[in-house]
Amino acid sequence: MAQLTSVSRTSPAFYVSTTAAAGGIAGLLVGTAQGNSLIGLILGAAIMAVTAYAVTHFVPQERIARWAILGAMALAGILLGGVAGLVVGTAFGWFFGWFIYWLYESRYRKKIPPYLTPGQVLWHHGFRVICGLIFFFLIAPIVVVMPLSFNAEDFFTFTPEMLRFDPAGYSLKHYKDFFTSSDWQHSLWNSLSIAPAATLLSVSFGTLAAIGLSSEHVPFRRSIMAILISPMIVPLIISAAGMFFFYSRIGLQGTYFGVVLAHAALGIPFVIITVTATLVGFDRSLTRASANMGAGPIRTFFKVQMPLILPGVISGGLFAFITSFDEVVVVLFVGSAGQKTLPWQMFTGLREQISPTILAVATILVSISILLLTTIELLRRRSERLRGMSPG
Amino acid sequence: MSGHAEPETGPILASDGTPLKKRLARSLRMQKLRALALIAPLLIFVLVTFIAPIADMLFRSVENEIVSNTLPDTVAAVSDWDPKAQELPSEPVYQALYFDLFLAAEAKEHTKLGTRLNYEQVGISSLFRTSGRKLDDIGKVYEKWLIGLNPAWKSGEFWNELMRGAASAAPDTDLLAEQRARLTALTDDPMQQDIGFVPGSEIARILPLTAREYTANALFIAIDKNRDISKRGPWEAVYTALAVDLGDPEVQRAISGYQGPGSDELRAAAAAIDTAPPRDFTAAMIKVDKDWAKPENIQAIKIYSGKYTAGYYLNAIDMQKTLDGVSERPENQQIYMMLFGRTLFMSLLITFSCILLGYPVAWILANLPLRTSNLLMILVLLPFWTSLLVRTSAWKVMLQQQGVINDTLVWLGLLDDASRLIMINNQFGTIVAMTHILLPFMILPLYSVMQTIPPSYLRAAKSLGATNWTAFWRVYFPQSIPGIGAGSILVFILAIGYYITPEIVGGTTGTFISNRIAFHISSSLNWGLGAALGTILLAAVLALYWTYDKIVGIDNVKLGG
Repeated sequence: MAQLTSVSRTSPAFYVSTTAAAGGIAGLLVGTAQGNSLIGLILGAAIMAVTAYAVTHFVPQERIARWAILGAMALAGILLGGVAGLVVGTAFGWFFGWFIYWLYESRYRKKIPPYLTPGQVLWHHGFRVICGLIFFFLIAPIVVVMPLSFNAEDFFTFTPEMLRFDPAGYSLKHYKDFFTSSDWQHSLWNSLSIAPAATLLSVSFGTLAAIGLSSEHVPFRRSIMAILISPMIVPLIISAAGMFFFYSRIGLQGTYFGVVLAHAALGIPFVIITVTATLVGFDRSLTRASANMGAGPIRTFFKVQMPLILPGVISGGLFAFITSFDEVVVVLFVGSAGQKTLPWQMFTGLREQISPTILAVATILVSISILLLTTIELLRRRSERLRGMSPG
Repeated sequence: MSGHAEPETGPILASDGTPLKKRLARSLRMQKLRALALIAPLLIFVLVTFIAPIADMLFRSVENEIVSNTLPDTVAAVSDWDPKAQELPSEPVYQALYFDLFLAAEAKEHTKLGTRLNYEQVGISSLFRTSGRKLDDIGKVYEKWLIGLNPAWKSGEFWNELMRGAASAAPDTDLLAEQRARLTALTDDPMQQDIGFVPGSEIARILPLTAREYTANALFIAIDKNRDISKRGPWEAVYTALAVDLGDPEVQRAISGYQGPGSDELRAAAAAIDTAPPRDFTAAMIKVDKDWAKPENIQAIKIYSGKYTAGYYLNAIDMQKTLDGVSERPENQQIYMMLFGRTLFMSLLITFSCILLGYPVAWILANLPLRTSNLLMILVLLPFWTSLLVRTSAWKVMLQQQGVINDTLVWLGLLDDASRLIMINNQFGTIVAMTHILLPFMILPLYSVMQTIPPSYLRAAKSLGATNWTAFWRVYFPQSIPGIGAGSILVFILAIGYYITPEIVGGTTGTFISNRIAFHISSSLNWGLGAALGTILLAAVLALYWTYDKIVGIDNVKLGG
């Protein structure tokens, strides 16, 4: 954003004292870790106050000053805490270098309206820090899992070797375990054979029905829609209980076919929703034009309608696939040991014998979901481009 | 078409001469039919794979045929017993109970009924189990008595001839069909095979109870055990039935004129009836297990004898059926209201924390430039797209006593190694993990609502002299309420039905009603109660969903795209 407010440098009293306060907090953390909080607090505040005053008065160039602070802090980190200290020190060094100049040059005011009171400015930045913390809360658990999956030990936490960045602390053994253990391979294979079949069922039925639903004259549209969407609304545990009762009555409980049917039913709402959404932008005159030129309904469907709604169909299919691939409650009840899927294996792993192989699987699954997320986003943009809308 | 049209201004015709109005109506009908034909396969698919299971669950929550199927005669006999009189039921009740229970024990169905009634009357399950084991002893004395009179009573061949009656006698197919139905109800097996035996109608009239029990015996042995009834003597209940029949003066009179096979042996036995052991089923059943002397056990059979029952629902709200209608269960058996309450409370708490955390994030996403907000959106969508189990296992890693958070706090020195925080296997763990898992469902609808609120309103309010707070509270917040409503209902609906996360991080104090449903279905096998709890939960969710539909509309369901 462009600069909104013209700024001038702030007074030393302001930026030195604020930096000292921040330094005090950092010092408190370091001090507590070293065994003496009070000394840490005082030293941190003093050092940062002196540094802030010194760099702004005696170092002409900002870039040199910031590198110097970073270097000094990193060095102090190594001396105090080895490799882990280096990382913490570098982070602190970068932060304080940026922080001192951010305050000194009044950069914090630049991009916000000039009429705000200091309290409002503080709130503006405080609010961003709060949001940052919430984003951190959202993403941290997922990020933490990834390095832990390379743990050389069978622990669910960081070992001292890992914190020292000692190569001996890391290994691929959990991945090896995943790819060699027959249990995990069996469940992976099950997931990979159930999900596509369920997806195929829900996409083929779902696309046809979505086309039917999008026509102008459908009697009882609301009730039909409510029935078709219901698998998404009913809590999974209730679907699972009902399916368990009914499928064991008709002999489908504990069979591959039963699980596929159950998962297809759960995936259908997603296909219906995405495909009907795509069909909203579909120009009906195209099918009329094609019929006019002599194409039959089937030819029209495959040559005209299908290519245009394909992005919607594919993303609906991806939703259905991930629903089945990620589903555990229903398969727990409808399936038997022969249909143990990957999430089921993870669930047993988490509940009974805790093995870090789960973390390796988790990392693989996160990578897959990143891949799927990207694909769906690209498809959405393509679909909007085809319909002549600008991607949002 | 009405036909009143005057010829000169007649209806407009289509090319083939039919009135255009008619043609249009037909083409509209065709379109409707085509749309329905396209929808039909999926509709049928969903009805069979999804709606039928839900209906089955509703049915199971009231179904209670097991009592009348297993103890049909007892249920009939007990109907005119008044339990409030504080007396034991009369002899016919115990007699019916003996014969019903004997057959059930042979078919190994009595423990199922015991388990079923144990949900209502604790201790009845072991009563049924011991009775099933010891019931043979009652009939043994009559068997011994008859064989002592004449060893022919030991022979399966003799019995078979006796019960077939004379070759010329008409077969009693009604009795056979009746007993087939009795066994079908009991075992859930169609029992339709031909068994090569039909009781004679004359002997069936003379010895009603014996013929009945013998036919049941023959059917069961032939179909379930695949053995011929004439190869061995019948089971003890048949001897008992004969002893009961012979004690009846009517029967004795009828026997005296009977000419069919075995009539001499029958007459001899009838003459010696005074030497037979007493036929007192009340005493015999009480001897088998003294708990049969407790009226409340027979009461349980009487109260739950209907084919349908509200008992599971009453149980699900910590009530029970008694003689005086409905009353509360004993204090130590009340858990479901507490669980419903906890589910409700924790779901509200989770919804509230989602609002608290989701609102600022949605605000900043809606107010930042598009490029930045799209980038930050990834941080919301990535957890949304990540497997539920991955996120749950991540929280297990974070919250454990030897987990990342505790380790970090100890490493920083903020926490003593000995006093690590307990953050998992309790309510805290469930709330934190579920807030994280459901937060995207709050942020996405909030974001889409906030995007539509023009920022100029806020600026206008401020330029008119409102403080920051007033501008937000009086201008911005009211406009964002639809988003809060949509997000809250979505999160709340999802939260009250959650199973996996509470199961893994909830321990015993952080579990939901859904965990109890799963427990009843897979561990305690009290399917009726599981179904009743599920139905109550389903009703709650549907009511909420209906509200959601009124506020936002089904069609606005967004998938975070």
